[in-house]
Amino acid sequence: MIILDVKNLKVYFSRGKKLIKAVDGVSFSIKQGETLGLAGESGSGKTVTALSLTKLISEAKFLGGEVVFKQKDILALASSQLQKIRGKEIAYIFQNPASSLNPVFRIGSQMVEIIMMHQNKSKKEAKSCALKMLQRVGIPDVQKNFESYPHQLSGGMNQRVMIAMALSCQPSLLIADEPTTNLDLTTQAQILELLQKIKHEQNLSLLFITHNLEILKRLVDRLAIMYAAQIVEFGENLFEHPLHPYTQALLSAQPGFEGRSQILKGEVPSPFDFPAGCRFHPRCPFKKAICEQEEPLMQEREKGHFVACHVAENVVK
Amino acid sequence: MGFGHWDLFRVIRNSTMLLYFFKRLFNLVPLLLGITIISFAVIHLAPGRPAYLKEMDPRISLEAQERLMKLYDLDKPLLKQYLNWLKRVVRLDFGNSFVDGRKVIVRLRERLPITLLINILAMGLIIGIALPVGIISALKPGGLFDKWTTFFVFLGFSLPAFWLALLLMLLLGIKLNWLPISGLRSFDHHQLSFWGRNLDLLKHLILPVSVAAFGGLAGFSRYVRGNMIGVLKQDYIRAAYAQGIDKKRVVYKYALKNALLPLITILGLSIPGLIGGSIIFESIFAIPGMGRLLYNSTMARDYPVIMGGLVIGAVLTLLGNLLADLCYAWADPRIRYE
Amino acid sequence: MNKLILFGISIIAVLVLLAVFAPFISPYNPQAIDVENILSPPNRVHILGTDSLGRDLFSRMLYGTRVSLEVGLVAVSVSLIIGVLLGSLAGYWGGRVDNLIMRFVDIMLCFPTFFLLLAMVAFLRATIFNIMLIIGLTSWMGIARLVRAEVLSIKEKDFVRYAKAMGAGNFKIISRHILPNALPPVLVAAVLGMGGAILTESALSFLGLGVQPPTASWGNILMEGKAVIDIGWWLTLFPGMAILVTVLGYNLLGEGLRK
Repeated sequence: MIILDVKNLKVYFSRGKKLIKAVDGVSFSIKQGETLGLAGESGSGKTVTALSLTKLISEAKFLGGEVVFKQKDILALASSQLQKIRGKEIAYIFQNPASSLNPVFRIGSQMVEIIMMHQNKSKKEAKSCALKMLQRVGIPDVQKNFESYPHQLSGGMNQRVMIAMALSCQPSLLIADEPTTNLDLTTQAQILELLQKIKHEQNLSLLFITHNLEILKRLVDRLAIMYAAQIVEFGENLFEHPLHPYTQALLSAQPGFEGRSQILKGEVPSPFDFPAGCRFHPRCPFKKAICEQEEPLMQEREKGHFVACHVAENVVK
Repeated sequence: MGFGHWDLFRVIRNSTMLLYFFKRLFNLVPLLLGITIISFAVIHLAPGRPAYLKEMDPRISLEAQERLMKLYDLDKPLLKQYLNWLKRVVRLDFGNSFVDGRKVIVRLRERLPITLLINILAMGLIIGIALPVGIISALKPGGLFDKWTTFFVFLGFSLPAFWLALLLMLLLGIKLNWLPISGLRSFDHHQLSFWGRNLDLLKHLILPVSVAAFGGLAGFSRYVRGNMIGVLKQDYIRAAYAQGIDKKRVVYKYALKNALLPLITILGLSIPGLIGGSIIFESIFAIPGMGRLLYNSTMARDYPVIMGGLVIGAVLTLLGNLLADLCYAWADPRIRYE
Repeated sequence: MNKLILFGISIIAVLVLLAVFAPFISPYNPQAIDVENILSPPNRVHILGTDSLGRDLFSRMLYGTRVSLEVGLVAVSVSLIIGVLLGSLAGYWGGRVDNLIMRFVDIMLCFPTFFLLLAMVAFLRATIFNIMLIIGLTSWMGIARLVRAEVLSIKEKDFVRYAKAMGAGNFKIISRHILPNALPPVLVAAVLGMGGAILTESALSFLGLGVQPPTASWGNILMEGKAVIDIGWWLTLFPGMAILVTVLGYNLLGEGLRK
């Protein structure tokens, strides 16, 4: 069952007189209980995509397309209705746990506030619920840490708190935006394990955003690759059988890759001024004349495996 | 599950707070000493002492010059002069006024309450206006409201407060005759009822308090705006929205507390400006406070009072800053016991 | 160059021209007493009116421009000399020197500025030069803190390390490599400081403790105007506006340079 369906999402910002196309026609879907990975270099539009799924981008100049979550068109909802979805149905965890928690309030009171707001619970019930959640995500000495301020805990502990907060209202979709990027390797592994465990316990859908393909390989059911504000490849067996030259280049840069590695030349194009045709063509080793003129459309090349590339077939051969 | 060890934790935290307080108090000693050194240096500002006394000012009689000599031991070596002076200052003995012969500290003490009252009211007014103005402009930087307040802030930075006082006097006092423009009491004050007297005092305070507040208004609303804009960009604000908290609560609870904390320090730093400003508005509106006393003493070259006022003014600032620091340490969970 | 700078500079340029050519522009001798024309409101002969001694307000304000601009310039120069010197000493040497200088700054900041100014005036003769001096002496602390912070960050930069490695002396490193790079923010502070100094001078003169009559300054014209505020509004309105516009000019320029 599809729980979230995104069609042709567009998010533009204005910087002075220029228009920044941060997300430019992105489509994908997430099934119940599935983990979808969204990967791409920084600046490719991953975070903006994640935030606009619940209209968290208030400064956007233009927000278009369709985001359907459980039969509701999110982009059309009023803010009061959105508030009932954010945190309750769709929860987020972010890159910097330490700065994502409010520094001047105790961890416990921040949790209790969220729980009381989304669920009809008394303060006492909310507190016992919060304590239970903290215990579940592996916070030691919950009674004490309930009264702590964020700066008194480590980054890994703060991320556990964020996860506890995110899951305290039993959401059906968790959006994790680079949740382990700023943590050291050991902590990273612990947090990933925790996410896996909780996901299975709650039959949660997970949208996991990162530039680190190594992590995604172990974690995700399906993968979407973003480049220059668009998804260029999307599907199940991307790791085993990448079709887009960009995906291939990304994967070949991973450790443990067997075969000829390709090193990408050039830089990610500026969002002010994307190249015409395929946005990847200036860096593509396989480009043809058509790539410079015509924008490639998303096509299903294999079952459940979509790619937007004029030369994909040639590459496969 | 008992909370026993939590109570213990609180006690320890409170005692570290106490320790912090004593540490800060101890740190004041060198600053207080510095204040006395600089004040003492002011006496010797003019070159060629003590001969300068004679040709200094025709307003000082020979007799007064001799008194000045004796008061500050100007014929003794510099260090001796300072130590003798310091010995008296620590006992708050600034000598007697040249004008009426009364003890300087007594004269200052009777003038202090009204100056403090006006400054505290002014601070309240500054907070009361600058806070909402700063917050509203921060919510939409570059919006219409923000543009207008920016304009007024610019004007406010450039407007001489004493001129504003004159204009208000001219308009509200003289032309429209709405408000009294001088002193704290009307002539018929004694015949008024209790409430009538308070109302009378209030009316007299409106102009001075407004003018005293004016100086800090522009700067403070800028600080509120700047802090608020900075805080609203923080990750935890985005996270709060992502958790489904409504905008009002995000702005007025989550953001505001973070934005307000640094303002405690700014408020502390604005104390010398406020107290210093009392010289101007107290002399314009003929208010019998410390500022006017200092002004009159300067005009009359009543040196003991001038020096006493200088030291007391600086010490008041120091205490105000200490109070602000303590409030900050108490309010911000991150900065403590350092 | 942005609009703020342009606007600020034009205001200041006009004022400088008025000040320089005051003897040619002013229709009357600013000190000339005219008992026949006491307190005449603005009219065709005296475009801004006359004061209680019958002196032409416009002429007096023109000469007042000189005082204000001079005060801004000299007072800020004094505070720049002290502030840059102490700030770079503290930032460059650090340790005890830094500690001592910064405590000195803290102590100076404890004094309510006007209390200190009044006390200094009481012990000095109120000449224009002394007024400029004491305004400078009481307003250098911000610049010292600013310069210290700039020096602290610049001295860690590679080009300073390189100069040191090449054997440049401390004085040369500070004057050739560090201070020129600290200039932009100091310039902003100096321009804003000029506006502040002009405000302070006008307040002192208004209190009768600054520039002494008969020398005209905007502040002491306002003081004389206060005595007749109920019958001579022009003596209060015009000099105040002159101060406002002048300080606004410096503030606009400073704000423009900041960006």
